[in-house]
Amino acid sequence: MAVTALKDYQFEPADRVENFHGNQLLYVGWEDHLLFCAPFAFPFPPAMRFGDVVGQVLPAAFGYHPDFAKIDWAAAQWFKSGQPWTPDFNKSLADNGLGHKDVIRFRTPGLTGIKGACS
Amino acid sequence: MDMNVPKKKLSLKEKYSHMTRGLDWETSYQSMDDVYPYAKYEGIKIHDWDKWEDPFRLTMDAYWKYQAEKERKLYAIIDAYAQNNGHLSVTDARYINTVKLFLTGVSPLEYMAHRGFAHVGRQLPGAGPRVACLMQSIDEIRHAQTQVHSLSNYNKYYNGLHDFRHMHDRVWYLSVPKSFFDDAITAGPFEFMVAIGFSFEYVLTNLLFVPFVSGAAYNGDMSAMTFGFSAQSDEARHMTLGLEVIKFMLEQDPDNLPIVQRWIDKWAWRGTRVLTLVAMMMDYMLPKRIMSWKEAWEVYFEENGGALFKDLARYGITMPKCIEDITKEKEHLSHQAWATFYNYGAAAAFHTWTPDEDEMNWLSEKYPDSFDKYYRPRLEYWRDEAAKGNRFYNKTLPMLCQVCQIPMLFTEPDDPTKICYRETQYKDDKYHFCSDHCKAIFEHEPEKYIQSWLPVHQIYQGNCFPEGTDPTAEGFDPLAAVLAYYHMNFGRDNLDFEGSEDQKNFDAWRGVATSND
Amino acid sequence: MSNVFLALQANEDTRAIIEAITEDNPHAVVHPSPAMVKIDAEGSLTVRRETIEALIGRSFDLQELHINLISLSGHIDETDDELTLHWNA
Repeated sequence: MAVTALKDYQFEPADRVENFHGNQLLYVGWEDHLLFCAPFAFPFPPAMRFGDVVGQVLPAAFGYHPDFAKIDWAAAQWFKSGQPWTPDFNKSLADNGLGHKDVIRFRTPGLTGIKGACS
Repeated sequence: MDMNVPKKKLSLKEKYSHMTRGLDWETSYQSMDDVYPYAKYEGIKIHDWDKWEDPFRLTMDAYWKYQAEKERKLYAIIDAYAQNNGHLSVTDARYINTVKLFLTGVSPLEYMAHRGFAHVGRQLPGAGPRVACLMQSIDEIRHAQTQVHSLSNYNKYYNGLHDFRHMHDRVWYLSVPKSFFDDAITAGPFEFMVAIGFSFEYVLTNLLFVPFVSGAAYNGDMSAMTFGFSAQSDEARHMTLGLEVIKFMLEQDPDNLPIVQRWIDKWAWRGTRVLTLVAMMMDYMLPKRIMSWKEAWEVYFEENGGALFKDLARYGITMPKCIEDITKEKEHLSHQAWATFYNYGAAAAFHTWTPDEDEMNWLSEKYPDSFDKYYRPRLEYWRDEAAKGNRFYNKTLPMLCQVCQIPMLFTEPDDPTKICYRETQYKDDKYHFCSDHCKAIFEHEPEKYIQSWLPVHQIYQGNCFPEGTDPTAEGFDPLAAVLAYYHMNFGRDNLDFEGSEDQKNFDAWRGVATSND
Repeated sequence: MSNVFLALQANEDTRAIIEAITEDNPHAVVHPSPAMVKIDAEGSLTVRRETIEALIGRSFDLQELHINLISLSGHIDETDDELTLHWNA
């Protein structure tokens, strides 16, 4: 719906992908691990290998949690915009169909946080 | 013989009418529409401005008289508080972090309210509301100034208060209240009145002021308590202005109802989201707690707001649509919010900490259905890790909601173990929201919210480093650069309360004040 | 019937005002808390100038309430003699 205004009201989005110096934004959440209060936001080059996100970036982001070291990545379930999704770890983000401001989550069956309370 | 007839005195109503309405006229050299260019574009139809009822009939002389008296009392108390080292009588130094949050988050909003009411006071064609808006505009700058004066005393002794204006415009959690007010002042005059005059000043005001001011009273902070009560006496007038605006619009034309209802729904939600900060303040930051957020919501919204909406029902107004979800959220809001600031304690200009055992037991008692099940486990884990020297500091930036700009910390209304994710596509981009309600606000006016200055995204665009920073330089530390941009002093303003300068100083000074060693 | 309320600062000036309010509104309930007094009443609440004057021994302008008022709820009717809060539902 158009904004009710005295003049024509149209603006550039503040977060167009062009503003991120060759990166695009990707949001990543770990289900049932609310020790991390919210999903994370990352700027990644679209050509970055998905497996490198998991292998090199996620440990720094999520490694504080005692469950992280126990993750069996082969058993992890992935979701893109809430729908079941299977990433190819050897392909780039772009080739995995991940565009600017996409949101993915992973669930690690059997690992449900501190004292199983989803923390 | 002449009879001594006493001169007839004007009644309150008559005096007010002569000094306000009686001085107004319709313009003839230019059309009223040209003199008041903002009055019609929002679609609100007003047929007769004379039907406006002025609830408080304050003429300027009475206004100045009573405001002057309030000021004299207030500044006498501020002086006495400063002279007596009143800051050392607070319950404990953790309390001071609530005033840091207040000064950086709320006081700048008082200033913007001043600007907003000055604008609206010029743009509304009716003399009655113009007078009330003028007084409110002066009240609001008074609030901004008295808050700065009162809290400046703390700035002399404690960290995090030194650059509140600079921080308000930049810091990640302060974009929440800032964007709330930016949204309101960039709306038209009628929406502004519903957003601030009604939703904020009437429906939600008690949920901001009673916690902070009673919190001050309960925790020995006479300075904040005094400015709070002094401001509140103005608030009563503000509340009546807000309520009158609603009644007036609804009585002027039935076509106004859907517009007004939509604004009430939007602003009840936006206001509640901003109050997330107050919820955590009440439950986690006040050493001596007044009541729980849940209790405050039940008294000041469910009961009070219930009476208000019951009264407005005769115009066709219904309770805001978000009420059901807010009611579910009251069990969880403060815990999830505090957990967020605990996570990002390295990037906040106030200290954070884990509650002690007594405090956790208080939380268990106040939240029997949620605290022990969902929140105690993580707080105890953090407490135990901190004791081992492994205090958790989350160094990865969070996903934010496009509208309320809060990190996506909110959970599904029916499942507190699952983050609530909502999204929409607009033109070439995806946008994300914490809730159905923020999403609905976006979808109604997307061109507004695509402009949101989201702190996390701005950091990733490279816009949050001090001028002249070279992000490609060897050893560049982006988080340190962001904190420098924020004017936060690492190791003084941020991190855990345990081991902080505030803690050490307070204990040392209180010791000096109470012993002869 | 919905409740209206009036909240006043708790100080020497308001002691008499609160007494006057409870005299004129037997159905009102007074809730004291640190530095503040909240007075709840079902349906309506009236503050009367004359009652206050009788207690404080001087003439009183009802608008003096502004100095100590913290918060209120309900629609307002203000005259020289009375301030009434009420809901219509």
